[in-house]
Amino acid sequence: MTDIIVSILLLAGASFMLLAAVGIVRLPDLPTRMHASTKAGAMGAMFTMAGVAFFFADGVVLARAFAIVVFILITSPIAAHVIGRAGYFIGTPLWSGTIKDELRDNYDSQTHVLRSGYEDGPGSVAPPPEPNPDKNV
Amino acid sequence: MIPFVINIVYFLLSLALLLAFIRLTQGPSLPDRVVALELIASIVVGFVGVHAIDTGISSLLDVAIVIALTAFLAAIGFARFLERGTQE
Repeated sequence: MTDIIVSILLLAGASFMLLAAVGIVRLPDLPTRMHASTKAGAMGAMFTMAGVAFFFADGVVLARAFAIVVFILITSPIAAHVIGRAGYFIGTPLWSGTIKDELRDNYDSQTHVLRSGYEDGPGSVAPPPEPNPDKNV
Repeated sequence: MIPFVINIVYFLLSLALLLAFIRLTQGPSLPDRVVALELIASIVVGFVGVHAIDTGISSLLDVAIVIALTAFLAAIGFARFLERGTQE
């Protein structure tokens, strides 16, 4: 029974890692490649560590595997965020099919300042139109 | 059953390593290569885990912890290097 569980976990982990590698080769630009590699890669490592913990069935090994899983779970999103941020800052071109880049209008790549449009207080943005008083009942 | 599955898993992980290496060699920009390096480190962590099962030596998990830590620090270092390089 343990063999079956360990086999399934190891195969799932290796499949997720292979999926991440296929994604990193096939996808067109930096953010999509990160999307494939960080999530599926972390998932694959976590499945593999779960398989290791099941195989040894020992308290110390379980603690180590759990530590690795928690560490990957904490650091993988941070690393992805930092690399994506750096990649955007140095102007890595996005895919030609990108339809939304919300930073492009509000972000100044020279001074690294991100504007929200509310710098001069709430009044600096056009308020919603007043309701017409004639139509109030 | 376990040795057969471990051979399959070694094969799949080697294939993943090869694909990540393709992206590492031909990646058009430096952030692409950094992402490929991070994925390679993640795959190597999986390799070490499978090798720990293969040999029955549970101490190899310490190696996996150190590899994960080193990969994270390398990614942070590369990101700082990239950002600082643009401001000068």
